[in-house]
Amino acid sequence: MTTAPTPTVVSGLAGLWRHSLAGLRVLLAFTVVLGLAYPLAMTGVIQVVFPWQANGSLLDAAGEHTTSRTDAVGSTLIGQDFTGPQWFHGRPSVAGDGYDTLASGGSNLGPNNADLAATIAERQAAVAAENSVAPEEVPADAVTASASGLDPHISPAYARLQVARVAAARHLDPAAVSRVVAEHTQGRPLGALGDPVVDVLAVNLALAGLE
Amino acid sequence: MTATVWAAIGQFGILLVLLAAVHLPLGAYMARVYSSPHHTRVERAWYRTLRVDPDAEQRWSTYLLSLLGFSLASVLLLYALGRLQAHLPWNLGFSGLDPATAWNTAVSFTTNTNWQSYSGEAAAGHLLQMAGLTVQNFVSAAVGMAVAIALVRGLARSGTDARIGNFWSDLTRGALRILLPIAVVGALVLAANGVIQSLDPHTAITTITGETQQALGGPVASQEVIKVLGTNGGGFFNANSAHPFENPNALTNLVEIFLILLIPSALPRTFGLMVGDRRQGWAILGVMTGLWTVATGLLTWAELAGPGLAPSLAGAAMEGKEARFGLAGTALFGAATTGTSTGAVDSMHDSLTAPGGGVAMFTMMLGEVAPGGVGSGLYGMLVLAVLTVFIAGLMVGRTPEYAGKKIGRGEITLVALYVLTVPAAVLLGSAISVVTGPGLAGIQEAGPHGLSEVLYAFTSASNNNGSAFAGLAAGTPYFNTMTGLAMLVGRFVPIALVLALAGRLASQNTVPASAGTLPTHRPLFVGLVGAVTLVVVGLTFIPVLSLGPVVESLS
Repeated sequence: MTTAPTPTVVSGLAGLWRHSLAGLRVLLAFTVVLGLAYPLAMTGVIQVVFPWQANGSLLDAAGEHTTSRTDAVGSTLIGQDFTGPQWFHGRPSVAGDGYDTLASGGSNLGPNNADLAATIAERQAAVAAENSVAPEEVPADAVTASASGLDPHISPAYARLQVARVAAARHLDPAAVSRVVAEHTQGRPLGALGDPVVDVLAVNLALAGLE
Repeated sequence: MTATVWAAIGQFGILLVLLAAVHLPLGAYMARVYSSPHHTRVERAWYRTLRVDPDAEQRWSTYLLSLLGFSLASVLLLYALGRLQAHLPWNLGFSGLDPATAWNTAVSFTTNTNWQSYSGEAAAGHLLQMAGLTVQNFVSAAVGMAVAIALVRGLARSGTDARIGNFWSDLTRGALRILLPIAVVGALVLAANGVIQSLDPHTAITTITGETQQALGGPVASQEVIKVLGTNGGGFFNANSAHPFENPNALTNLVEIFLILLIPSALPRTFGLMVGDRRQGWAILGVMTGLWTVATGLLTWAELAGPGLAPSLAGAAMEGKEARFGLAGTALFGAATTGTSTGAVDSMHDSLTAPGGGVAMFTMMLGEVAPGGVGSGLYGMLVLAVLTVFIAGLMVGRTPEYAGKKIGRGEITLVALYVLTVPAAVLLGSAISVVTGPGLAGIQEAGPHGLSEVLYAFTSASNNNGSAFAGLAAGTPYFNTMTGLAMLVGRFVPIALVLALAGRLASQNTVPASAGTLPTHRPLFVGLVGAVTLVVVGLTFIPVLSLGPVVESLS
């Protein structure tokens, strides 16, 4: 090899070319099987077996499952920007201008970022004033932006904080509002996974239905 | 708080039980797949049509050439699909990717990194996602498994003139017999829980408050499952596994963590069976489990404790995290994704606490061997085991041997080069970026966290992880080019060295263990490999870690 390096290099390149052509043939075959047949077949099967989930877990105005985007008022899995005292509010979102599904993402601000700390303090003051509680009673999820910007849930603590305000705005008995929240609170799957959460859209649709 | 800690321990226990339940059957199944001389009827037709010979026993250099040829074709096809997107069907009206983004994406998915400098829902149509990205999710994983199996054959075989198997057969079997069946089942489980699977475009719906919101469509479940199963990590959407349509609830979060760890944790069993000594597989698994458990514990502790200015003010480190996963579920996912080469994220790692982000980075710096990516985790750990027998041999004056193969000068040279390659890419890439204008321009945070952003980027790219401290503006031509180079170096140089090592080992005759042989299946050896891993990485990275996450944690 040391006596005639050039032919080795040439045969190496020629070899790479030959193997690349074989590689391209195999890749194209994989593209047909794994890139077209597999996802399309899965789409066909899942559309039949789980049509509601496959199309985005949509809810209509009555809170019923639907697969029609015309009837849908939202997805049980995708948060929305609720403002106004009569609605339960979701978490702060930095996806676009807030809950923009074409711009999912978080703030990516580091734990010691001064701007983030200032924003959290502002949010704390705003949530506290809105719900007539002390700033230290505001739970963490109410003042931090989620990772996706589309988080559909809040903690049970943040939901409890909002019950009195929503009940007053809707002229409802706070106990009735609490019952709706409880109905749409999900515990930890298998008793250990994740954290308990409240589905904000489902609660708001149920409340709108009470009137 | 106590309930949260118990839940954290509970979810860890459930995960371990699930992984343990499938360890033996999956490990044995993979050993059969890669050892069987028989092709299925479909495979015979496949090889005949594609005119490749699946039975030729390849020398390591030919095996490498086939692998490089296939990867070159992959980069070129994926680059073309990205650039030409505007002219392809199912593009949702998106234009082609610009050259730097297309290059970065092509390299990223071919190298099993899946670093994303584009936003899925705003740049990639359904065809690019399916025919481009989903395909590479499968085959780049199958390539990693093939290399690991080739190295195992090198240890198992005796006097074979550097012949270590057939790349085309290993690739095809890995993708079609192992990954595809698990993917089909996994996609159904995810879809049942709310991961979408349609070919619809994104269109507007009217919400109950009268606002409009875009309803999303896409073949997500079929891609999501192989994203985690193949330890790839490239999300369909920008928010990756934090997106509710990729990861709808705490149960799917655990399923995804399970799928991430499934093949990496079962491959040591395959290794044990193929070398004919199951105890060797247990020892390797022991090192992986020990390192990963410690990393998981530390990361969970850091996120639950929530040190730092913003977490203490808010009351918990919930910035960049999803309510449904909670702190513990997020930490478990973070440890799984950085301990393997996955890089999927269910939280924004840039917003992890300083010690939490440091643990995530350190876990990648270990070379992703705990338990590591599909294939790359096993071959990385075997290289470290070889290094350990060599070092132990120097200390006690015993002949270095591993699985009956003598570790001589040639072998240890390859191992040394392997251990140096990725750190060199990490440190050089980071160093260049913090002294040049285009590099500095991408940094978001001031002070030590800014250095962490750059260090994390090159650690992630060189180790083919793909997760990010996403505050870094990595979508610039500078970072697209540099991280692309780091991914190529970090993937193919180690693979070439591993295959060369496999060839040398396969050529040797197996020597029976003697009184002077260091047993490589005892707890002592497990501890030694763990220590060697930590020392090698520690000596390489402690200076730069001190300036980043360590300073930040102490401030």
